[in-house]
Amino acid sequence: MAKKTAGIKDSYDLVVIGAGPGGYVAAIRAAQLGLDVACIEAKLPEGGLGGVCLNWGCIPTKALLESAALARHVAHDAADFGVKVKGFSLDIGAAVNRSRQVSDRLTKGIQYLFDKNGVATILGRARLAGGKQVEVDLNDGGAAVISAKNIIIATGSRPKTFPGFEFDGERVISSREALELTRLPGSMVIVGAGSIGMEFADVFDAFGVNVTIVEALPHLLPLEDEEIAGVVARSFKKRKIGVKTKTAVKSLEKTKTTLEVTVEAPAGDETLECDSLLMAVGRTPNSENLGLETEGIKLDEQGWIEVDEFCQTSAEGIYAVGDVAGPPMLAHKGSHEGMIAAERIAGFPTHALDKNNIPACTYCHPEVASVGRTEKQARADGFEVKVGKFPFSANGRALAAGAPDGMVKIVADSKYGEVLGVHMVGHNVTELVAETTLGRALETTIEEIANTVHAHPTLAETVMEAALATLERPIHI
Amino acid sequence: MATRIVMSKLSPTMEEGRVLAWVKKEGDPVESGDVVVEVETDKATMEVESMGSGVLRAILVAENATVPTGTILGVVAAEDEDITELLGGSEKAAAEVASTAPVAAAAGQASQETDAPAPAPQTAPTTTIETPAGDGDRVKASPLARRMASEKGVALDSVRGSGPGGRIIKRDIEAALQPGVPATAAAAAAPIEIESGVPFQRVELSQIRKAIARNLVQSLGPVPHFFLTVEVDMARALELRAELNQSLEATGAKVGVNEILMKTAAQALIQHPNVNVAFAGDHIRRFTRVDIGLAVAVPDGLITPVLRDAGSKGLLQISDETRGLIERGREKKLAPEEYQGATFTISNLGMYGIDEFTAVINPPAATILAIGATQEKPVVVDGVIEVRPRMRVTLSCDHRAVDGAMGAEFLATFKAMLENPLRLVL
Repeated sequence: MAKKTAGIKDSYDLVVIGAGPGGYVAAIRAAQLGLDVACIEAKLPEGGLGGVCLNWGCIPTKALLESAALARHVAHDAADFGVKVKGFSLDIGAAVNRSRQVSDRLTKGIQYLFDKNGVATILGRARLAGGKQVEVDLNDGGAAVISAKNIIIATGSRPKTFPGFEFDGERVISSREALELTRLPGSMVIVGAGSIGMEFADVFDAFGVNVTIVEALPHLLPLEDEEIAGVVARSFKKRKIGVKTKTAVKSLEKTKTTLEVTVEAPAGDETLECDSLLMAVGRTPNSENLGLETEGIKLDEQGWIEVDEFCQTSAEGIYAVGDVAGPPMLAHKGSHEGMIAAERIAGFPTHALDKNNIPACTYCHPEVASVGRTEKQARADGFEVKVGKFPFSANGRALAAGAPDGMVKIVADSKYGEVLGVHMVGHNVTELVAETTLGRALETTIEEIANTVHAHPTLAETVMEAALATLERPIHI
Repeated sequence: MATRIVMSKLSPTMEEGRVLAWVKKEGDPVESGDVVVEVETDKATMEVESMGSGVLRAILVAENATVPTGTILGVVAAEDEDITELLGGSEKAAAEVASTAPVAAAAGQASQETDAPAPAPQTAPTTTIETPAGDGDRVKASPLARRMASEKGVALDSVRGSGPGGRIIKRDIEAALQPGVPATAAAAAAPIEIESGVPFQRVELSQIRKAIARNLVQSLGPVPHFFLTVEVDMARALELRAELNQSLEATGAKVGVNEILMKTAAQALIQHPNVNVAFAGDHIRRFTRVDIGLAVAVPDGLITPVLRDAGSKGLLQISDETRGLIERGREKKLAPEEYQGATFTISNLGMYGIDEFTAVINPPAATILAIGATQEKPVVVDGVIEVRPRMRVTLSCDHRAVDGAMGAEFLATFKAMLENPLRLVL
């Protein structure tokens, strides 16, 4: 990675701390708007620019999930599709290697974008020193003090765990270590059935690990619509992935050869034996040791930085974006906040983030995507709802792809036809959700979706059919 | 250089205006400073001058058409100049309002010097939120907003869009449906279904009628009114008026009952500043000057010329100024600053023989005084029945700012002053 620490200026219009999807987007946007910008990143050379998303999150997991999908196709579907494969084996090392290459390519792309836009890259650990002074312990040794007219804090978050389940980096691991497992355990318990836990369950199952996923809440993907999560649960069970919901972990016993995880299930306590334990129970903000107190920046009880609708903290001219500014912890939320903060600082007309219209995607198979309220939330919020559903089993493109498991469910307000929420499960639905997110942003009603010509044959037809179903006139079911 | 003739925003409340008459025809030569077109705003008729010279190349809005502020009405340019870009759209126009100088003919302003700098473009939208949603015929609105508006009877062209480019979105309709300012404004402009077989003639709303509807539905709804009535013996006030007019006969000046009432109210308000107020949401504005509005009927509505600082003016001056204001009000030639912002208003229907009535407060004012006819009535004076000229007046109060006792004390002073009016001539 290029060394950019030489030639650090004494002051910048904007100093961005952290080069993840919130920080690097803010830096680029601010530079586009004519600001003199420096972006400080501490993680090199351990990772590249791009933060957890590019290095240890969104991107490498997607690469591994593609390996998993291909493995499943070869093992189970290829013959049906007319492709006979004689003898094959799986190589997690090669899959991990490929995922690292994908990450590496993208992180280099960010360095290119920084250089192109004139963003100064400073490698080191930053700390606020009060009066908008930023102290940096440079990775190359030495220190620098930079004065900033404005500051954006984009330091992200890191995996957390429960007491008694501390990470040891080998057997009790987080998503970070799971991405570089080159020797697979025979069995793995994954605690937490959010998107991170679900995606790793999918990957390790495909590579032959005996996986059990444990979730304290009543269904997998607790934030998603219950019915949608049910489709994934059936698919997981079909693949013999152990699914234990309403089950809380109590204690962990480490023996020389195995891990014994005691859980409290509806039927009583039981002990799960495994070789590896992946804790995917949430993330905690990187808001310590940043000198936030020197600027009087307020945090909430859990340590998230409090911000206003334009991402400004309680200190004027200091902004926070992405995970560190609070959930939902999604790269696209952070990037969007980065743009808003940069535009706000540059005095460019901008808009507040619409937190009700942030799509969420989980890339296990079948994929899950959603935007807006679940049916349950919509009813709880007092809406009179109409629900329209359409199954992938009635969609030509899905059947041709050998992916009949899936559905689109639209929750609409029965009075005005407002699209309150859209929930999807199935092949490539993470791409389909964009149509409905745009539709919601434009305030389309279900009529506009139903009346829009959708190309045939496409998976997107399921969205149109679900909209027609809310009007009680679907064609293909 | 081509010059756009634009429907400028001539008062804070003006959202649209009507082209009354084109003074120049297409092809007519135009000198800088020439009046090109007459427009009608919500309260007045204005003449629009060209800031540039050339030929009136294009008339884009026909006479009698009503268009949103910012709309280009026409283009003045040299005979051979390419103006196709100028004809492209009215979006740009709002930003270049400065290129035409609307002159409030009524305000009696002299024509501007032709080389004077263009006035600051106060009406140019400063943010997208201020942009009118209407772009000529097309109202930009989301499908959801359209649907909500149609089901709730909200006229889209009465709603300000807060979305990108002034697009009307859900929250704008929700805001319009809130009890309060924009909502009722919208309701006033929404068509109302009247089921009846009786034949009728459709009379289009004039700008002034629209403004009245918009303003007054904002009143009785959100403004909690209460009413206080008192009967005043007018004998001495009428005597005073007769004497004054007799003594003034040589000068041709005259003092009317309205002027006496205005003077009395002003004096009483000085004694009761807690009635000379407006309710401003998070505070009450207690005015330190008494500006009295007088409701005046005009052929298609009413207008309320405002006599500034009435408390410091003598009867003769009040009389003189009021007459001038009324005259120009009837001709629709008042400038906005001459009919807006009264701290207290008098509405007199006595000449129509109305015994008494209650008047609707015109926000943001907190009070209005309704004057009934002065009638001969038997009253008991010192134990004896006498016939006296009596007048019933009713004060409407915005209870958010003025309480019963405050209003009553003011009325008592008002009554006492009218019944002992000699001090008014001081």
